[in-house]
Formats: sequence, structure tokens, C-alpha cells
Amino acid sequence: MNTNLFVVILASAIFYGTPLYFAALGELLTERSGVLNLGVEGMMLIGAVGAAWGAQHVEGSAWFGVLGAVVIGAMAAAALGAVHAVLAITFRVNQTVAGLALTIFAGGVGLSSYLANTWKVAVRPTPRPIRKLDVFGLGDAPVIGPLLFHHTVLTYLSWILCALMSWYLFRSRVGLNLRAVGESPQTADAMGINVVAYRYVHTIVGGALAGIGGSFYALAIVPTWVDGMTKGAGWIAIALVIFGFWRPDLTLLGAYLFGALSSLGLTLKARNVHINGSLLDALPFAMTIVVLVVVSSGWARRRLGAPAALGIPYEREER
Amino acid sequence: MRGPVRLEKRLDQRASLTWLVPLLSIVSALAFGALLLIVTGRNPFSVYQRIFERGFLSRSAMRGTLIAATPLAFTGLCAAAAFRLGVINVGGEGQLYVGAVGASWAALRFGEGQPLALTFAAMIIVGGLAGAIWSGIAGVLRARLSTNEIITTLMLNYLAGIFLEYLIFNSRSYWRDPRSFGFPSGRQIPARSFWPSFTVGGFEIPLGFSLAAVVAAVVWFLYRRTTFGYEVDVMADSPSAARYAGIKTRTKIVVVMAISGALAGIGGASDVGDFRHVLDAKGIQLAGYGYTGIVVAALARRHPVAVLFVAVLIGGLTNAGYALQGPDFPAGLVGTLQGLILFTAVAGEILTRYRVRRRVVRPVPAATA
Repeated sequence: MNTNLFVVILASAIFYGTPLYFAALGELLTERSGVLNLGVEGMMLIGAVGAAWGAQHVEGSAWFGVLGAVVIGAMAAAALGAVHAVLAITFRVNQTVAGLALTIFAGGVGLSSYLANTWKVAVRPTPRPIRKLDVFGLGDAPVIGPLLFHHTVLTYLSWILCALMSWYLFRSRVGLNLRAVGESPQTADAMGINVVAYRYVHTIVGGALAGIGGSFYALAIVPTWVDGMTKGAGWIAIALVIFGFWRPDLTLLGAYLFGALSSLGLTLKARNVHINGSLLDALPFAMTIVVLVVVSSGWARRRLGAPAALGIPYEREER
Repeated sequence: MRGPVRLEKRLDQRASLTWLVPLLSIVSALAFGALLLIVTGRNPFSVYQRIFERGFLSRSAMRGTLIAATPLAFTGLCAAAAFRLGVINVGGEGQLYVGAVGASWAALRFGEGQPLALTFAAMIIVGGLAGAIWSGIAGVLRARLSTNEIITTLMLNYLAGIFLEYLIFNSRSYWRDPRSFGFPSGRQIPARSFWPSFTVGGFEIPLGFSLAAVVAAVVWFLYRRTTFGYEVDVMADSPSAARYAGIKTRTKIVVVMAISGALAGIGGASDVGDFRHVLDAKGIQLAGYGYTGIVVAALARRHPVAVLFVAVLIGGLTNAGYALQGPDFPAGLVGTLQGLILFTAVAGEILTRYRVRRRVVRPVPAATA
């Protein structure tokens, strides 16, 4: 085993950053279409409870079980994304409030807790946690082993998605249309792009990705169900989108930075470094504020801003 | 857009909708909740009946309900006060925590050997100040550096929660009971600084709740009858018009945020004074008063006096949730219902702004033989 502290911190940054990245990538897609969904925390928790239920009920091989659990988690969260889509796009309600409502409804003391207690998913530990793979047998190689070849299948999926989404957003025709919908829905509409359809699809897909992030908590990070187990990760994911200037690649870096901050306490504790636990707990949240302040002020704001129509309902002028 | 219905902008505001919409929200939230209960194998009628009985129907139930309603009234006012300016303060939760920290400090410090009125005043003022400082951070960041206040206030909630745990579990602070070894807990405030309650017409009204009523009236006066409130309204409508008119918009954001946080902070003081009598790091976080306060403000449509009544309603739900929690009444049920109410209240706003029209579909003439 490699014991270099720096490598250990980086490896756990990738592990703990993975769910953050899924959620942030989902929010990124949603926001690129011009819809703001502050319900990420709630969608993650519903994804987590869906995956926890799936892990205990899907029959078949271990692989199939994990796949089934993640798919159930993603679908449950996508359903919540659809609720937000109906409210935000069709009913044109205030998207901030609708998103908050989603998190309060589904969050740690809401539906996710109710379903977990009704289905009794907390009674026993998740029977089929997602395990780290040993790719090409290189998992034990020095430095590159833990960094590149010893991760869960979802981490590898997130890397593929990062490349795929970068291409989709900036190189494909549909991605160009999507950005047009987020920047200026009137223009997009005039070009014959179906604004409503684009927004619906990306809000629902965004929910599904948040659900995958949530299932990572239930299947990989926390072995048994705890109410509110994502502990604010959904909110950090929203901040990460801003931090990453709405770009999949920069957002990945941000996710790993916050993954490192979230796991620093555990890593240092394992090394018998004594720092007050509360201080370490506070780090990711305090850093989120610092990062937001830096990004939202001055030069950064002028260079790469949010989609221009973010959070504004689109109303086609009639007659 | 194609569809069976279509939304048409309303040109006038119907007065009747201001109370009809919240009422419809509650009814439809209960209907959605009933659906969920049926799907998960429960009888909605018996669940609702039990909630109603344990929330409202007896004197002791009403007492618990008013105690639960008090912090909710304050956090509801907190959310409403900020939202009137178009600033979204979702930090009522954290502001309430630090308010409880401040108030319990004041009670521990001034609880003995001072006139009672002074003790109570100190708890309220220190609690309110602590809340104002906590929200003021987000206010200054928003006003000076245009940092998104939704995310900063939320992060400050988590930080306040960690701060509570630091004070009770991870340090030897002034608030921690030095005699608690096995499971650390807070120091109880002196018995004489417990907030009293008054009996009015057979109902026990806690001091905190009467305070909430007074504060709601003050907030109403401030927003409806003063230049300050007028300027806030102008700013909410059009920040650029407000700037042209010479209103100091940045200062206003900070002041409104501070007021909003102070309200939640006083809510924290009331929770210590009326109910817990100790800085209870776990219990106060589990209660989630701050987030529920957003539900209260939305259902009351941001009207300070309506907040008071809605707080009693939602407080009854919360109180029943505590009393009933068990194997056949799972945790999360009350939170789910509150979330549904918020959802339907938000969706109900649409009825006040739009008219729902059915799209006329002409019948296709039947083919004649």
C-alpha cells in the first residue's frame, strides 16, 4: 500500500468528489438550459434512499445489483427533477422558491426519511456496496495506482461523462442549441428550437445525475442509511457549478478540491494528527463561501458568467 | 405551447384569492399526502385524525403547539422580512442556532442576582444581535460583492450547526455542563430565568409567543407605515429606480438582512427560554425550525400578521409529529407534509398571477355515412 500522505489525500479527494461531481454536472446541464434547480440536496437524498432500497431488493449478480440500485436511485431523483420542471417551466413559478421547496420536501427530515423508515432500509447495512476496482491489476502501483486505477465504477463513469459533456456542450449541434436556450430563449425559439422540450429534458437528466450522486453516498460512502446522509453536498454542488464557470472540466477540478476538504478530517484522523474535529467539519462549508466570494466578484464575474436567461421563466408572447 | 389548458396573465388582483389560495394549498397538500400514505400502506384518515388530535384538540396539545409555533413564527417573520426586499434568506436555521447560543449565554451570565426583566431583555437582545451578525455576514457579502445570498446563508447554517457541536461536544466551553462526562450536554440556565406563560381564556400563552405577536405587529408597521418600508417596496420592484431616487440600496440590503437575522435569533432565544432551558446542540438541529419557517412565510404570503396564524397551524403539525413519532408514525412524515404544503403554496401563487383557461377543442365532425 502506498502511504504517501499527499497521494492518500488526492485519492480520497477523487472518492469523495465523485458524488459531488455527479450532482454538480447534473445542475450544470439544468442551468445551461436556463433552469435553476436548488433542489439538488433533496434529489440526492431521494436518489440515496432509492439506491439503498434497490441494493436490498434487486436480485441477481453483484454487478446487476449495483447497476439496478443506481438506476433506481437515478430514476427516483429524475422524477423529482420532473416535478421541478413542471413547476418551473410550465407553471413559471419562482424557480428559487420551487427548488427550495423540493429540498425541504425531499430532504433529511422529509420524504427521504419517511421512505427510509417505511421501507426500513436502515435496519441492516447495504448488502452490496460499490467496491473499488483494480483496473489492469495496477491498483497497487505506486502513486498512479491509487490515483488512476483503484476507483469505483462510478468514478470512471464520471470521467467519461466529463469528456462526453464537454464535447456535447461545446462541439455538438444539440449542445449549441442548448446553450442558445439558456442564453436567449426568444432567439432560440425564433430559430425553431423547442425551448420547453430542451428545458424539460435537461432538468430531468440533471435530476437523474443528482440521483446517481446520492446513490454513491448510500452504496459507497456511508454503509448504512442515516437520515440526511448527504450533509449539504447538494448545496456545495450548486456552488461548484458557479465555481466551475458552467464548464464540465473545471467543475470536475472543483469537485475534487471539495472532495479533499470533506475527507481531510478522516485522512488526518487515520494518521493520528490531532486537529479539532469541528474545525475540519467546517472546512468545506467555509471554503464554499470563500470560493463564491472570489468567483462572484471582480474579474471572474465579467469573464465567464452564468447563462443569461438562468432562472427566468420563458413566456412566448402571444398575439 | 400545446396542451389542454393555457395560462393567461391576470390584469387585476383578486382580493378573495389571498386567503383562498393558502386554503386550497393546505387541502391539496393533504390530498397529495393521503396519496403517499395510501401508496405506502397506511390509512390517511386515521393518520390525519391523530395529527389533529395531538396537535390541537386538548389543552396540553395546544400548549405544546404554541411552544413549537413560537420559533416558527420568528423564523417565518425572518424569511418574510427578507423576501419583501427580494433577498432570499434561507439562513433562519443557523441564525436561530446562534440566537440560542447568545440567549443561553445571557441567561447563564445574568440569570442570578439581576432583576428578571433585565434577564429576559438580555436574552432577547443578545439572541437577536447574534442572529443579526450571522445574517449580516451574508448581507454584507451580497451588498458589497454580489455573492449569492442563498448559498452563503445555507453554508452559514451548516457552520452554525458545527459551531453548536463544537460548543457542547468538542470543547470545554462556557455552555457545556462540566459535570456531564459520559454524554456531554449543555449547562441548564437558572430556573428563575425560565420564561413564564400567561393564562388567557383557558389557554396557556408562552411569553415567547406573546413576544412574537408584538414583533409581528412591529414588522408590519415597519414595512407598511414607515419610509423605510416604502423604500424597501420600491427597491423590490426596481432596484435601478430605487438608486435613481437616491435610496442607498446596498445599505438597505445589509439592514434588511440584519433585521431578518435578528428575528430568527430572537426565535432561538424563545426556544431556550420557553422550552429547552439549555443549549441543546442536537435537539435544536433536529427541530429544523429555520427551514420550516420558509414554509410558514410562503403559506402566509409574506404577511407578518398572517405568519403568526400559519405558525400555529404548522406548529400543531410539528408538535403532533413529536408526540406521535414511533413505529407506526415514521420520522419524516411531518416534514414531508410540510414540504407538500410549501409546494402547493408555491404552485398556488400561479393562480394569483394567471388565469387558467381551458383550451377550446372543437369536436371533429363525425363522418357521415
